[in-house]
Amino acid sequence: MTLETVGFWVVAVVLLASSLAVVLTPNLFHAVLYLAAALVATGVIFLLLDQPFLFAVQLLLYAGGVVTIVVFAIMLTERLVGERIRQTSRHLVNGAIVAAAVFAGVAGFLLQAPLTTVRPQPAADATVAIGRALVGPFAVTLLLLGVLLVTALLGALHFARGEE
Amino acid sequence: MIGLPSYLVLAALVFSIGLFGVLTRRNAVGILLGIELMLNAVNINLVAFARFNGDLTGLIFTLFTISITVAEIAVGLAIVIAIFRVRRTVEADRLDLLRG
Repeated sequence: MTLETVGFWVVAVVLLASSLAVVLTPNLFHAVLYLAAALVATGVIFLLLDQPFLFAVQLLLYAGGVVTIVVFAIMLTERLVGERIRQTSRHLVNGAIVAAAVFAGVAGFLLQAPLTTVRPQPAADATVAIGRALVGPFAVTLLLLGVLLVTALLGALHFARGEE
Repeated sequence: MIGLPSYLVLAALVFSIGLFGVLTRRNAVGILLGIELMLNAVNINLVAFARFNGDLTGLIFTLFTISITVAEIAVGLAIVIAIFRVRRTVEADRLDLLRG
């Protein structure tokens, strides 16, 4: 058992447990905290795949940004204390059947696909390569992403501002 | 060594859990949390494929999907807040204004 193997199984258990908690816990605020745990666990998986830069991006954008926005939205639409924040679920059996069917389909496809298990040597420095690619062949895409982010920000502002 | 299939099966499990959340949650914010889980599973797939094929493009694509997801969640939550202001509820079952 190498360190990577142990790390993978530990992170996999944490990720699956916190994901289940996100969809099953009745308290919406707790669900967001479990989502933060799941997002951090995903970042650690990026780390296991030799991508420290993506780990940093995951922490900053998802675990930092998204969780904060969702907590704000919950505070604005629910009361943090009291019964109203408890939420119920519906169609539990049907949802479980559909989700299990989707997983069975994907897993069945994975089992017969010719997938490599040999991991090539890691690139010298993936972060440098990502940076060079972002200002090289993907420069236009990066600019378009900036336009999209500004548009989304203005749109979100417009929706949330209300009538004045 | 952990192979590519292990990562893909893990991502498929997380995706199914997220789908379950989207299908069963009543609260619109809860549905958005399920969508987050599903997109997260897709990112695991992208990074795993990029790592095991030694291809940089998958990593760039992951960066773009992460950024677009953040934009999507911001707009989605703004819509949830706007709906709450009008209807005083964010339960998906009661938001049936467009039902014929």
